[in-house]
Amino acid sequence: MDRRLPPREGEWIDRSQPVEFRFEGQSLAGFAGDVLSSALWAHDVRLQGRSFKYHRPRGLYSLAGHDANVIVEDGRRTNMRGDLLPITDGLDVYSVNTSGGLQRDRWRIMERFDRFLPVGFYYKAFHTPRWLFPHYENQMRQVAGLGRVHPGNAAVETPKDYAFCDLLVVGAGPAGLAGAIAAAEQGLKVLLVDEQPHPGGSLNWQWSGNPAAQEQFGGMLEQVRAHDNIELRCGTQAAGAYNDYWIALVDDRRLTKLRAKAMLVATGCFEQPAVFQNNDLPGVMLASAAQRLLQLYAVKPFDRAVVVAANSDGYRAALDLHGAGVEIAAIADLRHDGEPTGLAQNAADAGIEILAGCAIAEAVPSGGKARIQAAAVCPLEKDGSLRTGSLRRIECDGIAMSVGWSPNVGLAYQAGGRFRYAEHVAQLVPSSLPDGLFVSGRANGRFELHDQIADGRRAGLCAAAHLGRFDGNLPDSPQHQASPPSHPYPIFSNNGKKNFVDLDEDLHLADFKNAHQEGYDNIELVKRFTTVGMGPSQGKLSNSNAIRILARLNGASINETGTTTSRPFYQPVRISHLAGRRFHPQRRTPLDGWHRQHGAEMMHAGAWMRPEFYTTSGSTRDECILAEAKNVREHVGLIDVGTLGKILVCGPDAARFLEHIYTGRFEKQKVGRLRYGVACDETGVIIEDGVIARLAEDRFYVSATSSGAAVFYREMQRWALIFGMKVTLINATGHLAAMNLAGPKSREVLAGLTDADLSPDAFPYVGVKEATVAGARAIVMRVGFVGELGYEIHVPASQGWHVWTSLMEAGRPHNIRPFGVEAQRLLRLEKGHLIVGQDTDALTHPFEADVAWAIGKDKPFFIGSRSLDIVKQQSLDRKLVGLSFPAHRSGPLPQECCLIIHEGEIVGRITSIAPASTLGHPIAMAFLRPDLANVGAKVTIRTTDGRTADAEVAAMPFYDPDGARQK
Amino acid sequence: MPYRLLKYALHKDHPEPRMFRAPERLKEEYDAVIIGGGGHGLGAAYYLAKEHGITSVAVLEKGYIGGGGTGRNTAIVRSNYLTPEGARFYQESVDLFRDLSREFNFNLFYSERGHFTLAHSPASLNTQRWRAEVNKHLGIDSEVVDRAFIKKTVPEIDLDAGGHQAPIYGALYHPPGAIARHDAVAWGYARGADQRGAEIHQQTAVTGVEVRDGEVAGVHTDKGFIKTRKVLSAVAGWTTSITRMVGLRTPLVIHPLQALVTEPLKPWLNSIVVSASLHLYMSQSSRGELVAGASLDPYELISMRSTLDFAEGMSAGMLDLFPFLGDVKILRQWAGLCDMTPDFSPIMGTTPIKGFYIDAGWGTWGFKATPVSGKTMAWTMANDHDHELIKAFNLSRFGRFQLVGEKGAASVGH
Repeated sequence: MDRRLPPREGEWIDRSQPVEFRFEGQSLAGFAGDVLSSALWAHDVRLQGRSFKYHRPRGLYSLAGHDANVIVEDGRRTNMRGDLLPITDGLDVYSVNTSGGLQRDRWRIMERFDRFLPVGFYYKAFHTPRWLFPHYENQMRQVAGLGRVHPGNAAVETPKDYAFCDLLVVGAGPAGLAGAIAAAEQGLKVLLVDEQPHPGGSLNWQWSGNPAAQEQFGGMLEQVRAHDNIELRCGTQAAGAYNDYWIALVDDRRLTKLRAKAMLVATGCFEQPAVFQNNDLPGVMLASAAQRLLQLYAVKPFDRAVVVAANSDGYRAALDLHGAGVEIAAIADLRHDGEPTGLAQNAADAGIEILAGCAIAEAVPSGGKARIQAAAVCPLEKDGSLRTGSLRRIECDGIAMSVGWSPNVGLAYQAGGRFRYAEHVAQLVPSSLPDGLFVSGRANGRFELHDQIADGRRAGLCAAAHLGRFDGNLPDSPQHQASPPSHPYPIFSNNGKKNFVDLDEDLHLADFKNAHQEGYDNIELVKRFTTVGMGPSQGKLSNSNAIRILARLNGASINETGTTTSRPFYQPVRISHLAGRRFHPQRRTPLDGWHRQHGAEMMHAGAWMRPEFYTTSGSTRDECILAEAKNVREHVGLIDVGTLGKILVCGPDAARFLEHIYTGRFEKQKVGRLRYGVACDETGVIIEDGVIARLAEDRFYVSATSSGAAVFYREMQRWALIFGMKVTLINATGHLAAMNLAGPKSREVLAGLTDADLSPDAFPYVGVKEATVAGARAIVMRVGFVGELGYEIHVPASQGWHVWTSLMEAGRPHNIRPFGVEAQRLLRLEKGHLIVGQDTDALTHPFEADVAWAIGKDKPFFIGSRSLDIVKQQSLDRKLVGLSFPAHRSGPLPQECCLIIHEGEIVGRITSIAPASTLGHPIAMAFLRPDLANVGAKVTIRTTDGRTADAEVAAMPFYDPDGARQK
Repeated sequence: MPYRLLKYALHKDHPEPRMFRAPERLKEEYDAVIIGGGGHGLGAAYYLAKEHGITSVAVLEKGYIGGGGTGRNTAIVRSNYLTPEGARFYQESVDLFRDLSREFNFNLFYSERGHFTLAHSPASLNTQRWRAEVNKHLGIDSEVVDRAFIKKTVPEIDLDAGGHQAPIYGALYHPPGAIARHDAVAWGYARGADQRGAEIHQQTAVTGVEVRDGEVAGVHTDKGFIKTRKVLSAVAGWTTSITRMVGLRTPLVIHPLQALVTEPLKPWLNSIVVSASLHLYMSQSSRGELVAGASLDPYELISMRSTLDFAEGMSAGMLDLFPFLGDVKILRQWAGLCDMTPDFSPIMGTTPIKGFYIDAGWGTWGFKATPVSGKTMAWTMANDHDHELIKAFNLSRFGRFQLVGEKGAASVGH
C-alpha cells in the first residue's frame, strides 16, 4: 500500500529523483531526501526493527534520531539508525540483532519468557554452579549486542577540520535563527549548525500549516543566508561541548573541532512518550514524528488515529493529520479541563471527538503485533490513575502521543549549565549558566512560536553583549504564560507488563518499581541497575519519565530527585571520525636514508627509527652484530647517534643549574672537558644519564638518552622556572646530526678531515672541542661509551650526510664499518656501562646501580639529594653486578628479565645479556642481592621455560678494566 | 534457563526484598565508621561483620554507593603484577573474586577472558617477561607469548598496527584476566554488609574527623557528630580531603582518567587487550559494548570532565589495533579520579593516628583489589595492626624509602 501523499509545500523529498533500495531483502523505492524509516512507512512497512531484549516489533517512533527502534546494517557499516539514514540507490540493509530475519525473528520467543526476566534478572541467576557461567555468559553475549563488526573492512582515514567563531548557535529552529540574526547584526561571527539536513527545526513540521509562521520562517532564513557574518551548516551535530567552548562538530564526512567564544543552545526539546500498555508497537509514535512524516516526507502516517494529548501541540498535530486526510477518531486529553485555547474549538469544528480527562490504557495489537488495531481509552481519576472499569475501545491503526517535552540540553550541561525543574512548564529550565553560555527557545521553556523567536533574539543580543559588541538594553525574556506544555506524570498502568519507559532497553514501569523495591532508590543507582538511559539513544526519550517515576516512588520532588550527568556524545560518533588520519610522529635522523641504502635493519626506538644492525648476505643477525662489534674493537666503526638528546644550557647560572639537575659537580668543570652526569627524581631514582660538555664558562652542551630526551628537556624547563635561575635551555636534538667514530683507528680516520689537533695531549679523553670536520662546524667529544678510542661528532643536520660519508670514505683504508644499536649495546655491556631504563627500573637509585661515584661530594643540593641522604644510611637490597657464563655450555641461555633464584627465593634479575660477545662467552648485567654478589660467586638463573642456567658473578667492566683503550 | 528465574514467574509481586536498607538517621556511636561507600569501603564493612563480628559499623557515602572509582573503571581484574608483594596481594583478590558471585548469591558477571599486555618494543617485552617470571614464581598463570599466539587468539588484531606505530613484538598473556560488572560488586558487598548489621548512609558527607591525643574520637558529618574509635578512609580520589582533616601527609597526587564505550555490538572480542604504547586497554562487555580506557590525563586535576583529546586519541589507538572498527560509533565518554602514588602501589593500613586507617593510593588499580582490600582492611581494623598481605603498603614506607615499584605493571604508561 502506498502511503505517499501528493506533493506538499516544504517537503524534503525530491520527487524528481527516485531511489531504489532494499530492506530485509525486499526491493523498494523512495525518493532522494527520504530516510529509511520514511521510505519504508511510505510502503506501509511498519515493522522496521526489533527490540533489544524481548525482540518486540518496533516501528518509527521519533523520526528524529531520538529513539533507537530501527537499527540496520549493510554488511559493511553497522548500527545505523533508520530515521537518520538517507536512502541512496543500491542501499541494501537488514535489521540488526535478529535470528532469521526481521519478520520471522526466532528470538521473538524471548517475550514469552518475560515473566522470568524481570529487571536485573541476570544478577540473580546463572552464577551457580560456577562452571556453567561461561556457558550462560556466552549465550547471553550472543543474544545481546546489536550490529556485527566486519573484520574485513579497510581502515578509513578521515581528515579533521578546525573552525573558529564568536558564537556557535546550535539548532536552526525559530530560536536559533533569531538568535543567530540578532548576534550577527551586532557584528558577531556566527556559526549556526543543525543536525537535520535543512534549517528550520519545528518550523518545518509543526508550523507548516500556519502561513504567518511560514512567512516569518522564510524571512529569517533569507536574512541568515544573506548575512556575511553567519555561516549555516546543516547535517552537522554538535556532538560534545568541552572546556572553553571547544566543540566537536560532526557531519557525515568529518569531525570539525571548533573553538567558539560563546555558545547559544537553541536545541529545542525531545518530545516525550506517554507510558501505557504496548506504547512501543509500530503505529504508536510521537505526535511530532507523525507531523515530521507528514510534512517532511509527505507520507500519511495512519488511516485512522487516536491522539493522546496534554498540550496545545497535540491539537495542532491532530488538525494537521486531519488536514492530510487522516481520520482522527478521538483526542484523548489527559487534562480534565481539556485544551484551554481555541484549538479545542477548531478540533471540534473538524468533527474530532475530544475526550477530556482520558488516557490511553493500551494499544491493542493486531496478530503478530506488527500493527495496532485499536486504542483502549480510559477515563482518569482525579489522582491521575486509570479508571480501568470504563475502558472504551476505539478502532485505529495509529496513536500519536503529545504529552510533553524534555529539553535537549546535554550540550549546555556539558558546558557547565545547571538546570532545575520548573512547574510552570513542567520541565527542566536553566538555573545557572556560565559566562558565554546561553539557552533559548523551547530548551529554555519558551513554547509559543513568537516567544521562541523573541527568546532567541534576546539570547543573541546577550551573547553580543557578553562579547562586548552590544551595550543597549537587553530585552526581557517572555515567560511561558499558558498551561504547562508537559504533563507532570504521563505514565499509566493497567497492570499490563508492556508499558515501556525505555524502549532501547525494554524497561517497563514495573522494572522501576521493582528496582526501587530492591533499594535502588536514587537516580544514579536506578540508572545503573535498570540500565535506563544507557542504550544507544542515551535516554533521550526515557530519562525524563524515569525521573518522574522515581520521584513519585520516593515521594520526592523532581528537583530532589535530580538527574544523571550528561556526557558526550549527543549522537554516537564514528571512531574513524575521531581517529582522523592517525598521525603518529615518527622521527628519522638525517642519516636515515643512508642506513636504508646500506642494508640496515631499522628498528623503532620510541618515536625514532634507528639501524638495529646492517645486514650482510650469508650472515645471521647475531653474526652481523658480533662482526660489527669486533670491527669496532679491532679497527674502527661509525654509528649514528643522532637520536641522542642534545640540549644547550646557557646563561650565568648554567653551571649552578646543572648542579641542581645532576648529582655531580659542574661549577669547577674546565672549559673543553666532559663529565658524566646522572640525574635523579625527587625520590632519588635515576631518570637520566648523559655527558655534559663545557663549551664556555656560561655554556654547556648536554646529551640525554634517546628515549628520555623529550621528557628530560621538559623537566629541565620546569625546574629552571621553579629555581628562578638565569639559564636558557635550547633543545637542539633535531637540529644536529650526531655520529660516534669508535675504534683504535678512529684518530687516523678523523685526522685527515679536521682542523683540530687530535694528539692525545691536545685532545685527551673526556675532552671537547668546537672544530671543523669535513668542512662542517662540529662539536667533537672524546667519549668512551663503547670502550675504545672514540670521537662523537655533532654537526648541523644539513651537513650530517656529508660528514658521515666523508668519514666512511676516509675510513675505508682502515676497514671502517657502520655499526648499529645492537652492536653498541653489546660493546657498552662489555664495558659495564648501564643503560637507564634497561639496567635501571622505576626504583633504582645510584647506590645500587654502582654510580654513586657520580654524586658530588658535599653538594648542598641536587634534585633527589634529600632522599639519597636517607637511602645512603640503609643497607642495599640489591646491586648491579656483572655475570659471566662459560663459553662452552649447554641448555638455554636466560633472556633479559629472567630471575635469579636462591633457595627458592627471587634474589635478582638479569637486566642485559649478550649471548655472544667479543670476549668469546656470554655476559650479562644483573641486579643481585648484595650478600650473594661477591665476584666469583655462583648464581642460578631460571629461564623462561622453567629450566636453570648457571653463571658466575664477574667484575665489571668485563673488557679493558683499566680503560686503557679509550684513553 | 535456570530454575531460579521461575520464582519471578510464579509470584504476582516482585519477590525481592531491599538489597540494603536506608537507615533513617545516624546513631550516636559506632564501633567503626567507614568513610566512602565504594567497593572498598563496603567490602571492609562486609568483612568486619562477617569475619570479625564487628557489626556496629556505619558506611558514610556523600553521594551514592559505588559512584566513584567503583562505577567508573573499566572493570578489569588481574594479578600479573611486578613485585612479589603486589602479585600476592592481587592474586588473593582474584581468588576472592572468583567465588564472590556464589558467596553473595548475586551474579557479578565475573568473566575470565584472558588478558594481553601487548609489547610494541623489545624493551617492553623485557618488562613483560619480568612480570611473567615473577608471576610464575608465585604460581600465577602468566606467560610471554609471541605474535603467532596473539594472532591465533585475537585473529582480528593488526599486529603491525597499520604501520602507524611500532609493531607488536609479543605480549604478556594472563589467562585469568577477567572483567566483571563493577557496580554489582559494590551492591553485593552492600547487601552482605547490611544483612549482617552494618548501616549504609548515602548522601551523608563527612566534614571532619575528631582526633584527641593522637586517637580518633569521632566523625563530624553534615548530619551530625558520631562517636567512634575506629575510622577507615576509603575514598580514593578524595583521600586528600580526608587526610587533611586529620593532618596526615601523603604523597598522593590526583589525576583524571577517562574511558568510553561504543554502541553494543555482537560479540567478537573475547580477550582483554592492553597496549601501553597506544595508551589503550579495551574489552567487550557482556552487553556487547567495547569498553576502553586510556592513560591518565597528564595533569593534576580534581575534575571529572571529559576531553575531546581523549576520545580522539583512544579512537586512533583502537583503529591502530583493529582497523576495521572505523564505522563503529562511540556512545559515551566519562572520567574518574585517580589518587596516584609514586610507586604505583596503594597506601593501606594503620597510620600514626591511633584508630585512623587508610585505604588509598588506588590510582588505576583499585577495582581489581576490591575484595582483598575489604578483607585485609577489615582484618587490620579489627586487630589494629597491618594484615600480612598489606604490610608492604603502609604509608610509612615513603619515609623509609621502602617502595613497592609497580610502575612497570601499570596497565598503560601513566
